[in-house]
Amino acid sequence: MTQQEAFIFSGFGGQGVMFVGQLLAYTAMDCGLNVTWIPSYGPEMRGGTANCTVVISEKPIGSPIVRFPSVAVVFNLPSFDKYEPVIASGGLLVSNSSLVDQTSERDDITLLQIPGTDSADDLGNVRVTNLIMLGAALTARPVLTVDDVRASLADHIPAHRRNLLDLNYAALDRGVELASDLLVTA
Amino acid sequence: MSVIAPETMETVYSYPQSLTEKPTHYCPGCTHGIAHRLVAEALDELGLRERTVMVAPVGCSVFAYAYFNTDACEAAHGRAPAMATGIKRVDPDNIVVTYQGDGDLAAIGSADIMHVAARGDNITTIFVNNAIYGMTGGQMAPTTLPGQKTTSSPMGRNVDMTGMPIRMSEVLATLPGSAYIVRRSLHDVKHIRKAKKAILTALKVQQAGLGFSMVELLSSCPTNWGIQPVDALQWVEEHMVPYFPLGDYKIADGVADL
Amino acid sequence: MSKELLKGNVAIAEAALRAGLQAYFGYPITPQTELLEHLSKRMIELDRVFLQAESEVAAINMVYGAACTGVRVMSSSSSPGVSLMQEGLSYIAGSELPCVIVDIMRGGPGLGNILPSQGDYFQVTRSAGHGDYRPIVLAPASVQEAIDFTVLAFDLADKYRHLVLVVADGLIGLMMEPCELPPFQPVRTTRPDWALTGADERERNVITSIYLKGEEMEGYNIKTQERLATIRATEQRWVEHLTDDCDLLIVGYGTAGRIAYTAIDEARSKGLRVGLLRPQTLYPFPEQRVAELAEQVERLLVVEMNAGQMLEDVKLAVAGRAPVDFFGRMGGMVPMPDEIVSAIDESFAKMAQPA
Repeated sequence: MTQQEAFIFSGFGGQGVMFVGQLLAYTAMDCGLNVTWIPSYGPEMRGGTANCTVVISEKPIGSPIVRFPSVAVVFNLPSFDKYEPVIASGGLLVSNSSLVDQTSERDDITLLQIPGTDSADDLGNVRVTNLIMLGAALTARPVLTVDDVRASLADHIPAHRRNLLDLNYAALDRGVELASDLLVTA
Repeated sequence: MSVIAPETMETVYSYPQSLTEKPTHYCPGCTHGIAHRLVAEALDELGLRERTVMVAPVGCSVFAYAYFNTDACEAAHGRAPAMATGIKRVDPDNIVVTYQGDGDLAAIGSADIMHVAARGDNITTIFVNNAIYGMTGGQMAPTTLPGQKTTSSPMGRNVDMTGMPIRMSEVLATLPGSAYIVRRSLHDVKHIRKAKKAILTALKVQQAGLGFSMVELLSSCPTNWGIQPVDALQWVEEHMVPYFPLGDYKIADGVADL
Repeated sequence: MSKELLKGNVAIAEAALRAGLQAYFGYPITPQTELLEHLSKRMIELDRVFLQAESEVAAINMVYGAACTGVRVMSSSSSPGVSLMQEGLSYIAGSELPCVIVDIMRGGPGLGNILPSQGDYFQVTRSAGHGDYRPIVLAPASVQEAIDFTVLAFDLADKYRHLVLVVADGLIGLMMEPCELPPFQPVRTTRPDWALTGADERERNVITSIYLKGEEMEGYNIKTQERLATIRATEQRWVEHLTDDCDLLIVGYGTAGRIAYTAIDEARSKGLRVGLLRPQTLYPFPEQRVAELAEQVERLLVVEMNAGQMLEDVKLAVAGRAPVDFFGRMGGMVPMPDEIVSAIDESFAKMAQPA
C-alpha cells in the first residue's frame, strides 16, 4: 500500500456502513497496520446519511479525519453527492448502482458502479450489501486483501452472528467478481 | 466531661456516647439540640455508633458533624442524600444518616431527596422542619406557613405568589422506595418521646435493609420567628401541627415486625 | 497482551475498571455515553458499584460520598454536565479527596452541540469550581493515551489526595483505534486512615470543606498551594515532535495536537522547519519546556478547538520571548490538516517580514 489510505463509507442507517468500516479497521489492525475508525454522529445521523472514516497507515496516524479521502464507498445518492466531488485525485469511488443512477464527470478518479443492493438480494439477504461493496473496493484498491478481511471477520464476528459467516464470505467474493469484471472491461 | 459526685450518687444523665462534648452553637430554645440527642441516644441503644457515618447539611445544622461522635462529613447544600447514597453503596453494612433542615431538603435538595427515596436507598434522613431558613437569618422556606412573616416575606407568605408550603412526608410517602416515613414533633415531652421511638424504628428499618426511612421533626426557631422559646413551642403546636399533621405516612411491610 | 480495537469511551471505562475502580456514578450525555453504558454492564458483573444518577449534580455528590469512604471512584460527563458538577468538584477539592472525573468535551456554550471541542480548557484548568484550587488535568490524544492516562489519573489522585480530570473530546471518545489494555489491578482491600468507615476502635474521622475562621481557611489554601507547587514541579508531561531544529513551534493538545502531526509532515515536505509540543498535562501546564523552546524558536503557533484558551498559558510561559500566533476552530468544528498548514504558512510569512 501507499503510506496512508483514507476510506469513507457512507449510506443510510441500516446499510451496515459503520460495521463494514469497523471490519476494515479490524483487518488493518490484524495486519499490523495503524488504523483509526471514526463515525459521524449526532443529528447528522438522524434520517440522513451515516458515515465513517477509516484511515490506514504504515506510520502513526496524525489526523483521523480527512478532507479528501482516497476511497469513498457510497451506498446511496446523498452520499454520492457529498463525496464524489472530494475524493483525492487518483482515488476510487465505489457507488451502489442499485440505488445511485448518477455517474461522475471526473476523469481523475476511478468509478466503480457496483449493484450492491441487487446482488445482495440475489444472495438472499440485502444486509450483506456492505460486504459486496467492501470486496469490490479492495479489488480496485488492494490496500488489504480480501483473504485478510475474511480472516478478521472470522476472528471478530460476534458469536450470535457466526451463522452468517458463509453468507458474508459469499458477499465478499461477489464484490470481488463484480469489480474484477468491471476492471477488465475498463 | 468530669462528673464530680459523691460515691453515693448515681449518674442518671450524661452525654450519649454518640454525641461529642462540644457545646453546640444552636440558639437558646432551639430544638436542634433535642433532635441531636434523640438521634445519638438511638444510635447508642442500637449499638450503631462504631459503624455510622453522619452526613451534615448546609443550614443551621451545618456543624452536626462536630456534635455527633461518629464518622461524619459535610455535604453541599441539599446534596446530603446523594452523598449518603455514595457512602452507602460502597459500604452497605454501615449505617448512613443524613440530618437536614427544610431549606436543604425541601428546596435546593428536593430532587436529591426524591431520588434517594425513589431508589429505596437504605439510608435514614432526619428532617428538621422549622418552617424557616435559620442560618441565613430567617428567610422564607418551602415549608413557611401561609401568612408567616420572614425576612424575605415581610408582609407574610403570600401563597398567590409563592404557592403553598410543601408537605414532604406526604410527598415522599408516595414513592415505592420509601419504607418508613413519619412526622413527629418536638414541642413537648410526650411528643419528644414519640420522636425518639420513631428515630429508633427508622434506624432499624435501615439495619433491616427495608428501604428509605425518614423522620420529619417539627421544630421551633424562636430566634428567627422572633418569639420566646416557650411561645415558640406553643406556636409549633398551634400553627405547624395543623398544617403538617403528625402521623405515619408510610409503613412498609416488615416495619411492624422490627 | 494482544491489541484490541476499542472506542475511546469504552477504552476509558475498561481502563478505569482495571485500575481498580470500585464505584462509578454518572448521567447520560453525548458524546460520553458509551463510557457509562460499558460500566453499567461491567461493574455489575464484577460486583462493584454502578449507579445512574438523576443528574450530574447528584452524580458528583455521590462521587463525593463514595470518595469519603476511600475507594477508587469516578464519574464521567461532557461539557454541560461538567458545568453542573462544578459545585461538587469544589467540595471534593476542599475536602482533599482523591477521585477521577472524565470530560469528553463538546461544542458550546449553552446546549451547544455534541461535536468535538476543547472549549472546556478554562473550565477544567482554572479551577473546575469555586474557590482557590486547581485540579490535575490530563489530555490524551489517542485511545491508547486515554487508557494510560485513566490509570495514571487514579494513581495521581491517590498520591496527592487530589482531584484529577481526564479531558478529551467527542472525537477521541468515539474513535476506534488499536490499543492495549492494562492488566487487572485488584481492588484495594484496605482503606486509607482518613476514610469514613465507622469509628470502630479508632478516633472518629470527619471530612468537611468548611473552615469558618479566615486563618484556618487560609491554612487549607496554603497547604493546597504547596501541594500544587509540588505537582507543578514533578508532574508536567508532554511529548515533542521535530523540535530539535524547528523555527516554528506548534503547541496543541488532544485532537488538535494530533492533527497538527499531519500538518507538520506536510509543512516539512515543503521545507518548512516546524515542530510540535503536545501537552499531556494541561494542569500542570508544561511551562518550563515551553519557556525553553521559546528561547530556541522564532515563533510559536497555538492550535486549539476553541477561541484561544491554552493560548493564555502558552503566552504566560513564553513571557514575551517570541511572538505567539493562534489558529482555532470552534463550535465543534475540527481543524483539518490543510487549515493548520495554512496557519503555518502565515506564521512563516510573518517571520519573513522585518520586525
